[in-house]
Amino acid sequence: MSLLEITGLSKSFGGVQAVQELEYTVESGKIHSIIGPNGAGKTTLFNMVTGIFKPSSGEVHFNGQDVTGLPVHELAALGISRSFQNLQVFFNMTVLENVMVGRHLHCRREFLQSLLHTPAITRSDEGARHRAAELLEWVGLKAYVGDHADSLPYGALKRMEIARALACEPKLLLLDEPAAGLNNKETQEINELIQQISERGITVVLVEHDMRLVMGVSDHILVMDHGKKLAEGTAAEVRENPDVVAAYLGRGD
Amino acid sequence: MSSELLQFLLSGITVGAIYALVGLGFSIIYNASHVINFAQGEFVMIGGMGTVFIASAGAPFPIAMIGAVLLAVVIGISLQKLAIERARHASVVTIIIITIGASIFLRGLAGVIWNRDFHSLPAFSGEQPIHVAGAVIVPQSLWILGVTVAVAVALFVFFNRTMIGKAMLGTAHNPFAAKLVGINTNNILILSFALAAALGAIGGILIAPMAPTHYQVGIMLGLKGFSAAIVGGLGSGPGAMVGGLLVGIAEALAAGYISSNYKDVVAFVIILLVLFFMPSGLFGSRASERV
Amino acid sequence: MKGATVASRYGGVFVLAVIVAVLPWFLPNSFYFDVVINSGIAAIVCVGLNLLIGYAGQISLGHAGFFALGAYSSAILTDNLGWPPIVSLGSGLLVVALLAFAIARPILRLKGHYLAMATLGMGIIISIVLNQEVDLTGGPDGMPVSSFSLLGQEVDSELGWYWIVGGSLIITVWLALNLIDSAVGRALRAVHGSEVAAQVAGVDTTRYKILIFVVSAVLAAYAGSLFAHYTGFLTPSEGSFFRSIEFVTMVVLGGMASVFGSVIGAAILTALPQFLTVFHDYEHVMFGLVMMLTMIFMPKGLLPSLRNWINKRTS
Ligand SMILES: Nc1ncnc2c1ncn2[C@@H]1O[C@H](COP(=O)(O)OP(=O)(O)O)[C@@H](O)[C@H]1O
Ligand SMILES: [Mg+2]
Repeated sequence: MSLLEITGLSKSFGGVQAVQELEYTVESGKIHSIIGPNGAGKTTLFNMVTGIFKPSSGEVHFNGQDVTGLPVHELAALGISRSFQNLQVFFNMTVLENVMVGRHLHCRREFLQSLLHTPAITRSDEGARHRAAELLEWVGLKAYVGDHADSLPYGALKRMEIARALACEPKLLLLDEPAAGLNNKETQEINELIQQISERGITVVLVEHDMRLVMGVSDHILVMDHGKKLAEGTAAEVRENPDVVAAYLGRGD
Repeated sequence: MSSELLQFLLSGITVGAIYALVGLGFSIIYNASHVINFAQGEFVMIGGMGTVFIASAGAPFPIAMIGAVLLAVVIGISLQKLAIERARHASVVTIIIITIGASIFLRGLAGVIWNRDFHSLPAFSGEQPIHVAGAVIVPQSLWILGVTVAVAVALFVFFNRTMIGKAMLGTAHNPFAAKLVGINTNNILILSFALAAALGAIGGILIAPMAPTHYQVGIMLGLKGFSAAIVGGLGSGPGAMVGGLLVGIAEALAAGYISSNYKDVVAFVIILLVLFFMPSGLFGSRASERV
Repeated sequence: MKGATVASRYGGVFVLAVIVAVLPWFLPNSFYFDVVINSGIAAIVCVGLNLLIGYAGQISLGHAGFFALGAYSSAILTDNLGWPPIVSLGSGLLVVALLAFAIARPILRLKGHYLAMATLGMGIIISIVLNQEVDLTGGPDGMPVSSFSLLGQEVDSELGWYWIVGGSLIITVWLALNLIDSAVGRALRAVHGSEVAAQVAGVDTTRYKILIFVVSAVLAAYAGSLFAHYTGFLTPSEGSFFRSIEFVTMVVLGGMASVFGSVIGAAILTALPQFLTVFHDYEHVMFGLVMMLTMIFMPKGLLPSLRNWINKRTS
């Protein structure tokens, strides 16, 4: 079953065609990857799927529903979450609180009750705190739980973003270069984490430059170049696709 | 055109030119550092009050004027070196508060060191009004317009024809690239504060014969200059000029046809309308945030 | 973990309550009462303003406008229309809430300098209207305000006002702390940290920004209303740009995103000029200096810096 269906999706910034007439389907429960050189339009695609940018044209269907142009928080409520290529951390909060924000939609948040901090609010908060701590432990950040976010090393922040995205309990998780800037060991850990996430039944779309990671973990790969689809298929299919070979080898990437 | 309308337009253009000079200062500093200098209005005050007090100490007026402009420039540079530069990496709120603090400080100092009375400068060349198509214009208006045009031309040449001027624009668009090609961004920042201070002070001197100067004149003139910069598009030089004239004219028309009591509201209503409906102004550009 | 946050929430309120309860015995005369009451009134404004600026990261340079609107609504409704003060107060808050709500959406789309300028413009427009509508407000000469009465009891003693303001401040602080330590509060802080990340986490950022703008405006109006009845005389300077800046400076001096910092900041900057009357002429010079020096050398503000320092010493 397809979870996400993208048809004729385009986005331009002034003269730049960042994404052009893209057709793309994400199957439920699988791990998908998107590869392509810098500027290929991968992040822009994520930004459109999560509602951060409105598409210039085309449609996005999620779970059978037309979600094109919905506001970001409504898409979050439908079950789309993501991490960011350029970290978007709440540096004014602790690590635990960062992830608790991910529980926002699962928390009670009536204004008057919050002002009085009624027992219902306290209970719901405890639940969120508990769940956030669990997720942090799961992504391997148990040691940092109470720390301030601005004291964390880069690699830990990347994982904290994943924990925060998972806290939303998404159906679809978009990861934008989660291994960029990480060393081999850390990349390996991200690899395992992605597989565990998938085992929990969450559909993953991964944008990544690390080919070993991509080829090892993906059920399906989309290759983008200049905003267009260059090829798609399994790792083996993509590796043998002459266009991909030409593009990658020709460029010497 | 009725002579009444012409009269309003003339007085609108006259004050508008002053707003334009102040607005240019905002834009120059914003371009170089992405700082809004809320102390910009104080340079206007220093221009007027400085001239008054240097002259009262016995200096001839031309010397007093140059002295006041230099005083504003020194204060502008100190502001950059002593305050803004130290808070380079601070948040927008922090920098806003620093420059507002600086403006209150300078204003307070002017009130204490000089005084809290109103002062006028004599008109540069007589007060004999000139009649044009049923409207009158005082010679000082012509001085204001002439000097503003001269300044605008000089700035245009400076930013488009000289190395250092181009470098200042380069810093605005890409501080990193500017550094790469060996432009000292620190000097650029100092220069931009100096230039903005000089522009403000010149505006303050020009207007002082028509509207008395006072240690608090900087508040309103500064804010209106800012509204000129916003209307034109923050960071755009021609924008600030056009914006200044538009704000000045709108104000004069409102004072003439609606109510002079609410004249001062005009600039702020314009600020709100422009920000709400056309946030990049007439000539500005604003890049969207990348994530 | 649970104990810690609850303890810090109520511990602070408890300390504040104890201070408020015993302070009257240490205030030698009505001059001191006056300073403390005015500090408390400013503190109420600043706690609200800190929710907006320090927690949600949205600057306002126009909150004195709301303070003055609260004050003048109370004054005009009680004096000109003869309404009971408490009803006037409620109506004033309602008016300010509606006005803030109406203006919040377009204004909070703006960020940084643009937001600063728009709020400043809003505040100045309010202040000009208060100056010009002479028939209603008395214009620059000001207007008298009749005294406050509660449950048919006229509040005319310094001590009466002290308890009203002290009680209001304790409740305000308590509510603010509750709010911060809830999903709503975390959402507000998330808006400050990264607006897009907050949205991706499901936070309707526009809604929360509007909410906190209205809340802070209503708190300012409430404080303004108390101020009007307490001082018995209002001038438009209560809504001036300088007054707005004073409030922001109190918040910043005490510490952004620190509720108790706001109380301390308000107390210091209200008291200082009163005790340094010899330097009266230098009031603005000092004010400007305090603003610049704190921002340059202690951008986090007094209380957070002090806390950092203590943490460093003890660890
Ligand atoms: N906010 C934006 N404003 C203008 N251009 C943008 C913006 N975001 C992306 N682009 C442009 O769109 C193209 C695709 O960028 P992006 O989606 O970030 O590529 P990728 O993630 O594949 O490296 C690039 O040419 C980039 O410069
Ligand atoms: Mg990218």
